[in-house]
Parts: sequence; C-alpha cells; structure tokens
Amino acid sequence: MEGLTSVCKKSFSKSIVVKELAKNNGKVSFEVERGEIFGVIGPDGAGKTTLFRVLTTLLLPDSGEAKVEGYDIVKDYREIRKIVGYMPGRFSLYQDLTVEENLRIFATLFNTTIEENYHLIKDIYCHLEPFKKRKAGALSGGMKQKLALSCALIHKPEVLFLDEPTTGIDPVSRKELWEMLGRLKREGITIVVSTPYMDEASLCDRIALMQDGKFLMCDTPRAIIDSFDKNLFSVKGENMGVLLEGLRGADGVLSCFAFGDSLHITTEKDNVIFQSVTADSLKTYLEKTGLEGVEVTKTEPSVEDCFMELLSK
Amino acid sequence: MRVIEVENLTKRFGSFTAVDNISFSVERGEIFGFLGANGAGKTTAMKMLCGLLRPTSGKGVVAGFDINRDSEKIKAAIGYMSQKFALYEDLKVWENIRLYAGIYGVPEKEATERSHRLLEELGLEKERESLVKSLPLGWRQKLAFSVSIFHRPSIVFLDEPTGGVDPVTRRQFWEMIYKAAAGGITIFVTTHYMDEAEYCNRVSIMVDGRIEALDSPALLKKEFGAVNMDDVFRKLARRSNNGLL
Repeated sequence: MEGLTSVCKKSFSKSIVVKELAKNNGKVSFEVERGEIFGVIGPDGAGKTTLFRVLTTLLLPDSGEAKVEGYDIVKDYREIRKIVGYMPGRFSLYQDLTVEENLRIFATLFNTTIEENYHLIKDIYCHLEPFKKRKAGALSGGMKQKLALSCALIHKPEVLFLDEPTTGIDPVSRKELWEMLGRLKREGITIVVSTPYMDEASLCDRIALMQDGKFLMCDTPRAIIDSFDKNLFSVKGENMGVLLEGLRGADGVLSCFAFGDSLHITTEKDNVIFQSVTADSLKTYLEKTGLEGVEVTKTEPSVEDCFMELLSK
Repeated sequence: MRVIEVENLTKRFGSFTAVDNISFSVERGEIFGFLGANGAGKTTAMKMLCGLLRPTSGKGVVAGFDINRDSEKIKAAIGYMSQKFALYEDLKVWENIRLYAGIYGVPEKEATERSHRLLEELGLEKERESLVKSLPLGWRQKLAFSVSIFHRPSIVFLDEPTGGVDPVTRRQFWEMIYKAAAGGITIFVTTHYMDEAEYCNRVSIMVDGRIEALDSPALLKKEFGAVNMDDVFRKLARRSNNGLL
C-alpha cells in the first residue's frame, strides 16, 4: 500500500516547479511535468544558461523559489545534485583523461558503476566504445557531445538538464541527438533542454520562448502556433531581393522576412481595411508592380514565425 | 573575375587526410555557402584559403594572391568574421573600429570619415562611446560584420556568423550580406542553418574532406530530389565513411 501511494504521489506531482524566480534581470514562473521534454528556446544572451545554473544549484537566485523533484534549490542543494544530470553548453570534461576514464570518474563520484547503468547510455556510448582509450580532448565535436551526455546520464538522474546540446552541431548529428532524447524520455527521465534552433521546438512536449530573461510564451508547440494572431503568406519568385523590397512597401503587409527559399509575410487578421488581403490579391498587386511568375500561398506559421511575431510586440 | 580559384588542394595531418584534393572557384560578388558535417574538413579548408595554414599539396589563388607563396598578402586583402570571436568586448565601439582600421592599414583621415558613415548607417552614433559588451548581441553582430569589411576587401570569410542569434537579427544580418555582395564584395560563408543555405548563390557540401556537391540551391535540390537544403544535406552526409556522425 505504501508503495502504491508513493507511485501515485509521483505520477501526480511535478518534476520542476518555479515561482517568480529572478537572477540578474527578468523573472520566470513555470512547471515541468515528470517525464516531459521541456525546451527553453531563445537566442544567446536570453538567460537560458543562467536559468539552468540556478536550477542545478550552481548559482543562487536573487529572489523567488524553485523545487526540483520536491527539493528546494537553495536549502536542499545536496539532494538535488544527486538526482540531476547536467550537461553544460561548454565541453567541460577532463580533456587529458580517456573516454573511459571520464565516464568512470562520473560513475564513481555518484557512487555507482558504469556496468550498473550501462543500459541507459548503451545507444550513445556504443559509438564511442571503439575510441575508449582516446583522450577526450582529441575527440571530434560530435563525439565530445556524446561522451558528455553519457557522463551526465551514468548515475541515472531523474532530471536531465542539457544546455544547448546541439549548438554548432551539423543537422544530421542534431537529429541523432534528438532521437536519443526521445529514448531517454521513454525511460521516464524528465528532460529540460535549451536550444537556439527554432526548428527543434516541435520535438519538445512543451516549450518556453525566452528573451531578455523572460518567457515570451510557454506552452505546447501546437498551442503556440494556434495562438498566432496574424495571417501568414509564403511568397516565391525569381528575384527574392526585389520581391522583399516590393512586399515591405505593400499596403497591409506588416512584416516580410526571408524564410529559406521563400518569403514569409504577415497581414492583419481582423482589420476592416485590410481584411481583403488574400493570396490572390497579393499576387495581383505584385504583378501590377511588374513582378512576374510570383507564387503566393497562405501558410501555417512555424514556431520561428511565432517567435519573430512575439519579438516585434 | 574569380576571387577564389583552387586546384587539387590537399591537407594531411600525419596519416589523416583532412582536405582531399578539392578544386573550385568563386566569382566576384558571389555569395558562396561552404557547408559540411562536423569534421568534414571545412575549417581546415578555410584556414588554407585565409593564408593561415599551408597546404600539403595543390595550388590556389585568393584575392589575387598565391596561397602557397603570398599567404601574408592574403591576410591583408581579405576580411574575416566568426561568431566565436569578432570584436574586443572591453573596448568601446569607436575603439574597435579604429583598431581594425589600423591593423588593416586604412589611412587615418579616411578611417575617421568612414567610421562616421558606418555608425550613421548602423544607427549607432549614440553608442560610439559604449563598450561593445554593453550592446545587444544583434547590434554587436552587425557591427562585427561592418568592421570585417571596413578595409573594403574583395572577399570576406564568415565562419558561422549567425550562430545563436535571434531569428529577426539573423535575417537582418543576411540582408546586410546581400547589400555587401551587391556592392561587389564576395561572401564566403559557413552555417549550420539550412534555411540560410537557400540564401546563397551557390553552395558546396563537403563530406570526408572532399567536395561532394557544388551548385545553386535550386539545382542541388533538383539533383538530389530533395524538398529543401536540409534534405540535400542529409542525403549527402549519409555518404560519409568515417562513422563519427
């Protein structure tokens, strides 16, 4: 019975609860469910690393409070350190020790062995096994990342904090890392991950869009996209430079930015004067200004569109 | 006119071939994207082009100078900016401009005039006396780019210039790149954002030290039957043999 209550208690309580937490500038409040992938998305300087360092008990907050797995980040810092895994943005393993020695140190520090939790890191570490006698400093960027993640996982943490694990990593390796995070989530580990790449947002259960120490929005990627309150059109044409200039001056166009091989423009959704802006009317307008072969389609926003819209407010 | 022309460029470190016999050229005013997975050899190739590393074999001309014989002249003739290091944060805005102008030998009178115009164009006149570290990242980025082309080089090398920058600033940055290219400056740029690959006139993709593909984004997508550049990149990266990915 006691076992049952503790299971129930666990499944109902939050993994992380943050209330009015402030450090330097800004203030954030949010909760992370147990077993969720929570993404903190924002550019350099937004405050992502500071937030991670406060939650992992490496920095004291200026004010506010936060609990990780029920432990207070100030009073219970010793307990928190036992149950979280933290992978900092900057490679901070021992460069002069081998791959295997680094992993063994982390296991020993947390009073466990590589063998005991090998199943957790197997998928990642198997790529490194052929190089286990190599010094960590001599690994390629992608492999350093895999070793750092293995070291952060070897004590079977309940919550894993990954600070920009994909920065400077090529698109293929990025995809692989996200697949690994998916597997760890299935093991029941709560994952808090930060990234400057907006396209990774859709891989999280919930995301916070962060800028200047504040959350601009915090919800599921779907809900954030659904809250986009403008009409969005995608425009393609021969000369994108001319098209960009032409559209920026057009009546009813609020913003116009390059998006890969097309331009994204926003228009007012419920405006008496401009409500008649449609894909066809935009196309006609552009043709009148002498631009031919233009393709205009109404399109659904991405999280990146939402972030840009929030920044303009 | 070609600003870069290399033939059979190779760099070996011991038994490891980092750059394997690459040949390509870049035209004046072109925006040339230089892509590849981590460890594919991009940085080594860039270092040879910038005169920082001597090739094991092969030849090349950058900005009119031979990469084997005139590497010092190349350094003076090109511009360079990277996301990791671009400006001295503990110097003021004008001090940074002045320092770069001095390093690249821009005459003092000329430098004063140009620096006025530059600050005006960037809307940074009021920040002239501010320390660079006090500026928002987006402004710093734009200033760094302007400083890297202050001596009016024929080509500027941009090494992941937009890493970690917010989505609006990233796009404004590319609009600056377009303007510079329209003014005749050749742009050689690396990036991990595949949407930015679409903004280049031509893109090369390195795999295991070799250039596996080189063409305009439109033709690359056609060649690989891909919906976007991300897809092209993934299809090519799968050809890698080094198993490090």
